[in-house]
Amino acid sequence: MSDIVIRAEGLSKRYRRGVIGPPETLRDLLSRVARSPLAAMRKPSQEFFWALSDVGLEVRHGEVLGLIGRNGAGKTTLLKILSRITRPTTGWAEIHGRVRSLLEVGTGFHGELSGRENTYLSGSILGMSKREIDRKFDEIVAFAEVDKFIDTPVKHYSSGMYVRLAFAVAAHLEPEILLVDEVLAVGDINFQKKCMGKMEDVARLGRTIILVSHNMAAVNALCPRCIILNQGSVEFDGPTNEGTARYYVEALSVGSGSDLSDRRREGNAKARFTSISIQPLDKSGQPLDVAYPGCDLSINVEVECKSDFSPANLAIIISDSNGYRVIDANTAQKGQFITMRSGQAAKANFRLREVLLKPGKYLVGLWLGREAMEILDYVEHATNLDVMEGEETKQHVIIFPGVYLCRFNNDITIQDHPKDSYN
Amino acid sequence: MASVTTSSPIAAPLPAPVKQPAIVRIEPPRGWLDLRLGDLWEYRELLYFFVWRDVKIRYKQTVVGVLWVVLQPLLTMGVFTIFFGRLARLPSEGLPYPVFYFAALVPWAYFATSLGTCTTILVSNQHVITKVYFPRLVLPFAAVSTGLIDMAIGLVVMTIITLAYGFRPGLSLLLIPLFVLLAQMTALAVGLWTSALNALYRDMAAIVPFVIQFLMLASPVAYSSSLVPPKWRALYHLNPMANVIDGFRWAFTGHGSPPGPMLFVSAGSVAVILVGGLIFFQRVEGTVVDRV
Repeated sequence: MSDIVIRAEGLSKRYRRGVIGPPETLRDLLSRVARSPLAAMRKPSQEFFWALSDVGLEVRHGEVLGLIGRNGAGKTTLLKILSRITRPTTGWAEIHGRVRSLLEVGTGFHGELSGRENTYLSGSILGMSKREIDRKFDEIVAFAEVDKFIDTPVKHYSSGMYVRLAFAVAAHLEPEILLVDEVLAVGDINFQKKCMGKMEDVARLGRTIILVSHNMAAVNALCPRCIILNQGSVEFDGPTNEGTARYYVEALSVGSGSDLSDRRREGNAKARFTSISIQPLDKSGQPLDVAYPGCDLSINVEVECKSDFSPANLAIIISDSNGYRVIDANTAQKGQFITMRSGQAAKANFRLREVLLKPGKYLVGLWLGREAMEILDYVEHATNLDVMEGEETKQHVIIFPGVYLCRFNNDITIQDHPKDSYN
Repeated sequence: MASVTTSSPIAAPLPAPVKQPAIVRIEPPRGWLDLRLGDLWEYRELLYFFVWRDVKIRYKQTVVGVLWVVLQPLLTMGVFTIFFGRLARLPSEGLPYPVFYFAALVPWAYFATSLGTCTTILVSNQHVITKVYFPRLVLPFAAVSTGLIDMAIGLVVMTIITLAYGFRPGLSLLLIPLFVLLAQMTALAVGLWTSALNALYRDMAAIVPFVIQFLMLASPVAYSSSLVPPKWRALYHLNPMANVIDGFRWAFTGHGSPPGPMLFVSAGSVAVILVGGLIFFQRVEGTVVDRV
């Protein structure tokens, strides 16, 4: 069972970048040649960037490998090369077995066709034979829960139905090697659970899988081994728990500096978080050097408004090193909403009380938006928070899993010969 | 390996590693003659599904859209009959003008539409080719196959027109498939070049309509190829559509220019363009995804 099914060495992929690239139209090509034939013959000096740089790996039969890294690290490019969608610039890979790739949900779907027709079309594009689709058709429809609508044109489907059918088709691929890119991040919670379940089934049945995901929970749950890509190179290749912890806290280390201008953020930028600072306090409000389980946290946040917005809520989000969101201190919980006009700046102070987090590394994020409607500014990793051992935890040598340090009273009595224990 | 008996019976547990797994080697493109035509055969079902998809989508649209397949050549035939026939009095090899023109318009409509579709086939399928692997060659082949359905309808109408004008079908009709194949290979040969070029240089798609216009004038659609002086015939027949159109006219009516040595000129011309097109297309295929 230790056959190597994927072997790659020196894989590199180069893309052109820059103002003067190769001619994009015939007109352009012709005018360049006319203007200066010699210059046109010479390859123009172009800026290149290497999306992948000397990547090598070995994957054994039946392995489930997680591939993680920041946006732009080269994960999708690697998957595309292994899927033969694009060719490497240098390097080679050898694949033993049939490969199918799932890089998006709904590949090949066409709105005018019915669910049934799209199932066949998409299934065929993804690599299933007609006979295979015939055989699995009922299961696919059942998994997607679109039985009544299977003959309606897909343009009439709700987005939920579309996603369910698209994923159902893809989920019934039976390749020896499966390459999956982020498709677990679609649909509602129930559907995501279903997808995870299917992924687990597939993994358990011994297929080789490479899974690209930002969902650390999924990667931790499904992949015993992970590779971290950073700017096109392999930065880590080993057990997943080590990898995800490293990725989440160190690889994305943002330090505890308070200036947020260079942080990665999402949103429509109508507002901008400019700084954050965290001060641990004890019960009486006295400042502490470090945070301990059960302390208070005083968090100061500054926001600038770039463009008017009306009722928005602000949240402070604390996540653990696996990416699980453990605290979401949201003004919406208190019915408080903020309205700002362009040019205004706001200072907010949050006092989180009795923060019972177990000692460890945490990440603090900031979110400002209008519920599900728009995100004004979201800085996923604004700063770090290290919770140190406190009085309550000092006695213990091992830190047990879990994040919430629940305070409890307990009372244990011991009896001899407990007969008639069922009253 | 432990086999799983819980949860879904959906997928059968994998057997131990297959004796002869397909070994695929992935590396940068090399060489000019790496044609990989065997891949195309392996993906023949997908070719079928692409054709099926395009036909279905076209025919799901308005009823007029379906009638247009017949209306368009008929209307063009009408205009040609009036202006080139009655008014300009161009010779028509002894055939009634409607028969003369319609016989040319059926294969020409097929060629023009197929070449147009083929040119943009890679770009219009970019969302698929950037997400899944299949030999890109499947797409041009599909593009020149969907038009065959329309051509079949056109042939039926042509048969009706021929019978209406008093011609009786003879054994020459059996040669129609040969001419259809020649038209298809011509569309494919040119289409391989234009689709690859269009993926690289996006304005190709704007140039192709002019190319088609030019080719129409260079083909005996509106006039008879007997107009061409003998010493220029070979050059003229480098355009394979000349033979296709002459062939259609002859096959339906027994009149006109029967297939002769010029057929070899055309076949040779198609072969050269086709092989060149295959080489160019396959060379570009691996990196088309990066440009599309």
